[in-house]
Amino acid sequence: MLSIHGLSCVRGERRLFAGLDFAVGPGEWLHVRGENGAGKTSLLRLLVGLMAPAEGEIRWNGENVRTLGEDYRRHLLFLGHHGAVKEELSALENLQLASQLDGDALADRSALAALHRFGLKGREELPVRFLSAGQKRRVLLARLVTKQAKLWILDEPFTALDVKAVDMLSALIGEHLADGGMAILTSHQAMPIPGGRELQL
Amino acid sequence: MNAVLAVIRRDLLLAMRRKSEVLTALFFFVIVTSLFPLGIGPEPALLKKIAPGVLWVAALLATMLGLQRMFAADHADGTLEQMVLSPTPLGLLVGGKIAAHWMLSGLPLVLLAPVLGLQFDLDVGALGVLMLALLLGTPLLSLIGAIGAALTLGLRGGGVLLSLLVLPLYVPALIFGAGAVEAHIAGLGAGGHLSLLAALLALAAFFAPWATTAALRIALE
Repeated sequence: MLSIHGLSCVRGERRLFAGLDFAVGPGEWLHVRGENGAGKTSLLRLLVGLMAPAEGEIRWNGENVRTLGEDYRRHLLFLGHHGAVKEELSALENLQLASQLDGDALADRSALAALHRFGLKGREELPVRFLSAGQKRRVLLARLVTKQAKLWILDEPFTALDVKAVDMLSALIGEHLADGGMAILTSHQAMPIPGGRELQL
Repeated sequence: MNAVLAVIRRDLLLAMRRKSEVLTALFFFVIVTSLFPLGIGPEPALLKKIAPGVLWVAALLATMLGLQRMFAADHADGTLEQMVLSPTPLGLLVGGKIAAHWMLSGLPLVLLAPVLGLQFDLDVGALGVLMLALLLGTPLLSLIGAIGAALTLGLRGGGVLLSLLVLPLYVPALIFGAGAVEAHIAGLGAGGHLSLLAALLALAAFFAPWATTAALRIALE
């Protein structure tokens, strides 16, 4: 379980938020909302450890994530604004290399299954630069299926997705929560996933 | 360890898909070193004297060419963030990227150098020393260059700053690398220079990934 104690974020001269407290336990998800520039992405980057908090602590199962290091990162899946997909590589290669970067080998079969689930059948071997923005996003989201992570931190996961993909992703997050997973995501839309709480920045 | 190999494999695969970047640096090396004998004319004694310096300076500049792109693409498309968040320590992954950079920009120079050295009338022994010096020296260039590339990541006009930052640090490699070949030609033996080059390489292999990692973390904040 992830718990936040008195978290503050300062960017340059501006204090984005201060004294933030919340906890996300198994099967729960948190919807981070706020205006553009309210600090949603900064909050997520703090949570995953890409930025150091100005004040406060982030704890995973009661221990500070700074001291846990890789033991925390192993349970974590962060999908940010950027695609993190290589345009020159095919969808399959991207997915497999991303898994290897996490230290797991991904068999062809499970990688293909993940891509098919996201409607990329027949496009697995195509360099990603020939895919549309939404399809690139789907390649990235296929990581949700292939990486066994307890905590999903997703920044605007619904950007560029069509209606069908939005439903699919919502269902996927629902399954993840039912399995005892946790999710924190930012989105401007209302989310059709039950059991969530809202955090207004 | 798998993750490090994956980084190396990915960078090599990417280089295969966009060959021009690697080939540009190689052509630069070949052309610059071939222009000198043409410009100076057939004077074997003079050519032999300037050969180590010319080959080393050309190798230095050829490695500089691709340096700025070392982390730029990964930074732009978010791969760098994923590398930071990987359970494998970032220092190891950065080591993998440096190794891949050397395989693409250093190793080809080592293999080409004896052929180009022939134009300068170097004998077999001197060519062997040249190769050995480049084999020890080019990884050093990649290691030092990685620190500069990480420090200038995301800066506008970072290319000029990168050269200003990195070239002075390349001077020891240049002195001992070219010195090894000169010493061999003068009959003094290249052992001392090569040992110093190896010592510098060991030092850089230990510190450079660590310094690069620190610089990358700052760039991502």
